[in-house]
Amino acid sequence: MLPVPLFHARVQVSLRPSVLDPAGEATRAAAGRLGVEGVRRLRIGKAIEVELEAPDPATARAQLELLSDRLLANPVIEDWSLDVREAG
Amino acid sequence: MTIGIVVFPGSNCDRDVQWALEGCLERPTRFLWHEERDLAGLEAVVLPGGFSYGDYLRCGAIARFAPVLEEVRQFAAGGGPVLGICNGFQVLTEMGLLPGALTRNRDLHFLCEPAPLQVQPGACRWLQNYGAGERITLPIAHGEGRYQVGGEELRRLEGEGCVVLRYAANPNGSVGDVAGLSNPGGNVLGLMPHPERACDPQTGGTDGLRLLAAALG
Repeated sequence: MLPVPLFHARVQVSLRPSVLDPAGEATRAAAGRLGVEGVRRLRIGKAIEVELEAPDPATARAQLELLSDRLLANPVIEDWSLDVREAG
Repeated sequence: MTIGIVVFPGSNCDRDVQWALEGCLERPTRFLWHEERDLAGLEAVVLPGGFSYGDYLRCGAIARFAPVLEEVRQFAAGGGPVLGICNGFQVLTEMGLLPGALTRNRDLHFLCEPAPLQVQPGACRWLQNYGAGERITLPIAHGEGRYQVGGEELRRLEGEGCVVLRYAANPNGSVGDVAGLSNPGGNVLGLMPHPERACDPQTGGTDGLRLLAAALG
């Protein structure tokens, strides 16, 4: 039996532009205190790394899209993007 | 007349709710562990405050998949009264039983203080013991209580009378000063303030008592 293909994915979750990011603002202020003066915008998101077994790339992508949209991100306040590659 | 109190790993207001219902209102309660599926005989269900599953990923995001909540969803769909307090409100939004989301407080601080509120009970069963426009004070204790929803959706919620509790002095940046939301049917209420901590005159007021009493018919 052939081994089930393994996929590596990276899901980037970011707050939607309309949502206030007070933690990002506080970090931006700290950048100024470090001496980095040019930071005009700083938004904090999450990067989630996933390894997934799936029979083929289309199935892998569909599963990862479901995961991103229903669990990893909350579409009310967050956007997500997905980068998938087959391992090996 | 038993009231179910859901207990997730990380819930920490479950015993406060039990004390308020049993100690102050003399009503029996039953704890519902997150894996429980039997809601038989319950008149109402409370999702208490705390940090369910450590608030990993987002507040309420993991709790949403707890087996007990599949039953709570059915219970609510059948018109059963469901109350989500603080973390419980966050869980209700993650479940989609109430719209929107609760996000980090505007000033990043964990807020633990009395919050003056205005009640607009509308059709909300939990608030029928309060007058329209009545001012009450309940304690808040949260780091992520800033209600967030799109402008159009907020206007729809206001139009349908779902915005049943507003902050008189917005402490956290919630859109529309939203402190609590009802579903259109009026049986589901989510709120950030803690009514169970305002049930005894010796511990800071009794404005929450009438809310918890409303579920008792």
